[in-house]
Amino acid sequence: MKGRVLAAGSVTARALVLREPLSLWGGMDPASGELIDAHHPQRGASLSGRIVVMSAVRGSSSASSVLAEAVRAGCAPAAFLLGETDLILAVGAAVAEELYGVRLPVVVLPPTELARIHDDAVLRVDEDGSVTPV
Amino acid sequence: MRLVVRAADALGAGRLIPIVAAHVDSCLYHGEATVDFAQRLVDGGAQVSVPTTLNVGALDLLHPELWRGDLRTADRGRLLMECYRALGCQPTYTCAPYQLAFARPKLGEQVAWAESNAIVFCNSVIGARTERYGDFTDIACAIVGRAPDAGLHTSAARRAVLVLRMAADVPPSLLDSDALYPVLGIVLGRRAGTRVAAIDGIPPGLSEDRLKAIGAAAASSGAVAMFHVVGSTPEAPTLAAALQDAGPEEVAEISLAELRAARDELTTLSGGGEVGTPIGTVSLGTPHASLAELRGIERELAGARPAPGVELLVSTARQLLADAEEEGLAPRLRALGVELLVDTCSYIAPVLRPSPLPAMTDSGKWAFYAPGNIGVEVIFGSLRECVRSAVSGVVWRDPGLWGPA
Repeated sequence: MKGRVLAAGSVTARALVLREPLSLWGGMDPASGELIDAHHPQRGASLSGRIVVMSAVRGSSSASSVLAEAVRAGCAPAAFLLGETDLILAVGAAVAEELYGVRLPVVVLPPTELARIHDDAVLRVDEDGSVTPV
Repeated sequence: MRLVVRAADALGAGRLIPIVAAHVDSCLYHGEATVDFAQRLVDGGAQVSVPTTLNVGALDLLHPELWRGDLRTADRGRLLMECYRALGCQPTYTCAPYQLAFARPKLGEQVAWAESNAIVFCNSVIGARTERYGDFTDIACAIVGRAPDAGLHTSAARRAVLVLRMAADVPPSLLDSDALYPVLGIVLGRRAGTRVAAIDGIPPGLSEDRLKAIGAAAASSGAVAMFHVVGSTPEAPTLAAALQDAGPEEVAEISLAELRAARDELTTLSGGGEVGTPIGTVSLGTPHASLAELRGIERELAGARPAPGVELLVSTARQLLADAEEEGLAPRLRALGVELLVDTCSYIAPVLRPSPLPAMTDSGKWAFYAPGNIGVEVIFGSLRECVRSAVSGVVWRDPGLWGPA
């Protein structure tokens, strides 16, 4: 499958499919990558190094800062695959690249294709937004 | 410029448009990356090209003694706030820039504002136009003086697609109470998500403070960036105007039962904050209190002081505090034991006196975020309920406010 690229990069990692939308501000500890939103069903999971799959986005405009800070701390997700466009994550990834030279792909996929991704599947995300199982 | 173009691409905008002002939220410390970014701009000699106000920062620069956290975080938070001044931003440090006469855009003007409650107020109550900007993009637009030509910058996106009617069982006394509006905002956010809604069935001429309460709560429970209140907001003199003469996608009613349920969810304390429950804190002024709201707090106190051991804290903007000092209001409030906080907010900065007892608030937004952010149990109430409870030290309820039991 191939999606729309909001931030380019290439990475191979394991998928983490979020069952509910997550706001990174108040939802992820940038110092550890842990999911800390008390109301989220996957509280305690680690987002660090995972390809985070999220069908809907939610919440605070401060999430760009939280993402850039997680990249700085070396605890950020490897990539985001989203079901809808999100300016906030795209900008967080752009700033992280500018400041720390780390490229974190953010790709929007059609919801039907996103729904076919299984938790823990190993995926490769390429520069052009193509996503392939490894 | 690269960031603004990146934002335009993400929003699908074909071009950039000039803006007349900006409001920047990036000055709140979220770790060293936020300082690294600001420092990069400062070192590069960047300056904002349009008048730019600043949102709250990590601490109250005028009353640093209120800080109860670790000193290094305070230092980094202060440094970040100073970086944004160095970029030419005005040190307003308020989440309610629309309450400052000099910072208020005019109907139809294009701006780039960040901070969810400010965005929704700007679009809905002033009728100036901004998309939902966030950290980094806000200052990038302020430096470039341009924003993507997309979303709520365009007339078509400002059309209401959802109509929410107040049901006949909502009593007139509730429509006339401040307590309704943050709760209505929570319901609006849940129902609308990211859509633009028009609320119908509210007596025309709703005050700015009540519209502010709706917007702040709606932008907490949902991703609302604009709403209309028929007869009160500038792009909704009539329902047809809000709908831009097209048909709505959905029409729904808001019943008294739905409002009561949303009100109850704002109270996290198990047992629901019954009459007589002891409280340790009352936090008012989220978003930052207007002068009218500060006067209302004095009126409700009626010369009484908070009970021993109860902290009554009100957040406002430093410019409004200066006005309140001048008219004698601030000294009178302080003499009654009211703490006044500026430049930040009591659910961001560690300023509240540690207490094992729950906190009470009249703000939908504070009730929504404080439990997660600062780990307090919250009881929601009207301004009158909050102030009287502060004075007695235990929860007081306004009988009949929410209709017959």
